[in-house]
Amino acid sequence: MIIRKRLTAGVCVLLATLAAGLGTALPAAADEPPTAASPKVELVLDVSGSMRTRDIDGESRMSAAKQAFNDVLDAVPDEVELGIRTLGADYPGDDRKTGCKDTEQLYPVGPLDRTEAKTAVATLAPTGWTPIGPALLGAADDLEGGDATRRIVLITDGEDTCGPLDPCEVARDIAARGIHLVIDTLGLVPNAKIRQQLTCIAEATGGTYTAVQHTDELSGRVKQLVDRAAEPVITPVATEGAGSCSAAPELKAGLYTDRQEIGKHRWYRVDVLPGQELRASVSVSADRAVNDDYGVLLRALTTHGREIVRGSESGTGRTDAVSTGLRYPRSGQDTPDDTDVKPAAESVCLQLANSFSAPASVKTTPGMPVELTIDLVDAPDEAADVAAFGLGRGWWLLGAMVLTGLAAGLLSGWISRRRVAVWRTN
Amino acid sequence: MRITRSSTLRRGCVGALLAAVTLLTSAGTAVADDPSASASPADGEAAGPTEAGTTFRTATEIQQEQTATADASTGDYLYWVFPADAGQRPTVRAKVSLPESATRHGASTWQVDVYDGLRRRQACVYGHQTRKAAPDADAVELSCVLRTVRAWSEPWASDPLPGSYYVRLTAVRPAEEDLGLPVHVETEVTSAGRGGAHDVDGALAEPLVPGVSAVSAQDEDPAQGGTSIGVEPEDGWSSGWWTDRWLWTVGGGVLAALAAMSGYSLARGSGRPSRVPPGA
Repeated sequence: MIIRKRLTAGVCVLLATLAAGLGTALPAAADEPPTAASPKVELVLDVSGSMRTRDIDGESRMSAAKQAFNDVLDAVPDEVELGIRTLGADYPGDDRKTGCKDTEQLYPVGPLDRTEAKTAVATLAPTGWTPIGPALLGAADDLEGGDATRRIVLITDGEDTCGPLDPCEVARDIAARGIHLVIDTLGLVPNAKIRQQLTCIAEATGGTYTAVQHTDELSGRVKQLVDRAAEPVITPVATEGAGSCSAAPELKAGLYTDRQEIGKHRWYRVDVLPGQELRASVSVSADRAVNDDYGVLLRALTTHGREIVRGSESGTGRTDAVSTGLRYPRSGQDTPDDTDVKPAAESVCLQLANSFSAPASVKTTPGMPVELTIDLVDAPDEAADVAAFGLGRGWWLLGAMVLTGLAAGLLSGWISRRRVAVWRTN
Repeated sequence: MRITRSSTLRRGCVGALLAAVTLLTSAGTAVADDPSASASPADGEAAGPTEAGTTFRTATEIQQEQTATADASTGDYLYWVFPADAGQRPTVRAKVSLPESATRHGASTWQVDVYDGLRRRQACVYGHQTRKAAPDADAVELSCVLRTVRAWSEPWASDPLPGSYYVRLTAVRPAEEDLGLPVHVETEVTSAGRGGAHDVDGALAEPLVPGVSAVSAQDEDPAQGGTSIGVEPEDGWSSGWWTDRWLWTVGGGVLAALAAMSGYSLARGSGRPSRVPPGA
């Protein structure tokens, strides 16, 4: 038995040494088993007739886009799976119905063959309509599967005229699928309507909007966005808060996402052991047009409804999210010694409320994205005094100590002298 | 709780020992410190990251004294995260270089916000947190001086605690036509040590770094590692037992002893009578 244990330990040490040695050489093989899915990006390019216009550095919008695509395809990080989708590339006719369905995948999402992708892009010629909504839906389907970061980069020079499908609503619905998909938009024309539509699409998914005026700006920005997709991030777990604490989902330490409608509460539960500290932080994203004043409240309550601690935040003006957090350290001393019961975990209810409001024209469903971080750590070393270790500091302290010392010295000196005098007289 | 109490005791003992050593060697170290002090500003100008995150979760990690730059579009929300330890008073400075005024249409207001590791907004004590850029301005400079970070606070207070701090930079009131125009931003965090006057008792078990419990769980399972969300100061988090209050208190004790001795000899008079037997 002992020999076996030693053998196992030896093998472990050997493995550890090997792993440490090889770790640098084979990071992908050793550290990242197939669970680490590669991030997926789809570039959605507008190939509508208007892309013929020559107004970007004296060249047509199409050639600027092609040049940018060539630069980007050269620079795509190896781990990114890239796909390309076009809209308005095939149907040159006037029939709106057909024109508004015109979107297809030019290059499938997968490991990138740069030459093949470039050849595919080179064949494009400005042709048809601008069906942004259907293109986004198509792109979201292309990126389906896996658990990695997903990003759509939409490059367009025109607003969606296809209606009734509002691309902004489409974007919000895609975001509500809970697949962590971000849409970044790039507009090639500085036009108020396009800007509004593209900003709305970007905001709905937590993406960005860029107005492009030069070719190098276009390629630089698209490269930046593709690189962003490659950044490793922790993928949150989707959860669904309940309407009351008793029905609330029980959460462990981790990162969660949820959706919360305006004016509705969300409840979660966390088990906290004695001697542990609960840390919860939450942000609610304003992914649609909301009124200027807003707030969010996170409360920790006992199961009986007594409030323990709360975090709240309010704000005004343009924002991407409003966030707050709370700490609840649970002392380890409150377990009675006279019972045999083991220290029980306390169920703490977390109530999330928001005070967003939106104009009547804004749809309130699906709810706004919520990000919730739960951490459970050891309880802090409680303060027994205001100052560190109860120590003193400053000239007043020194003065007081010196005076006390002096007084004590004088006193004992005087006593000693008296005693000698008394002894002498006797 | 018993564990934490004993750790306080241990912290105390080590602290007392170190205070004594420091007191004895302080004259020597003062001389030795000089060369390193003159060398550190050169190291401080380290180039930082050239990208910024766009959400709390994707915030770019920076260290204090590093200059982080990023190219972005007007209207983007840019996030950085830096570590701040107890006793520091961080100052966040940001400079936004605006696009050429010919392409702009109006004034824009920029703002820098700082959030702690629990995503609670932290107040700026002073500094230009929000500033309006005139339509013809080239750049706008923002700053925010935080409160001094404390080692411990009650859970009901939102005092700054050791841990991660998020910087969010955005245009809070951009001119509508200027959304999406390219800007270049530079951010830097510096901090002033505030000394023992701000050293409080108590300490957090872990700094306020989001996901800290998830990361420590992953340490046990190295297969999942590689994506830590925490930032740590370059020289690690302070252990919490050192404060210059040790020097003051021990120094005060020494002075008191000296004063007592001189007071005694003053009151006792010079010398001791030769005929006094021992023990009198």
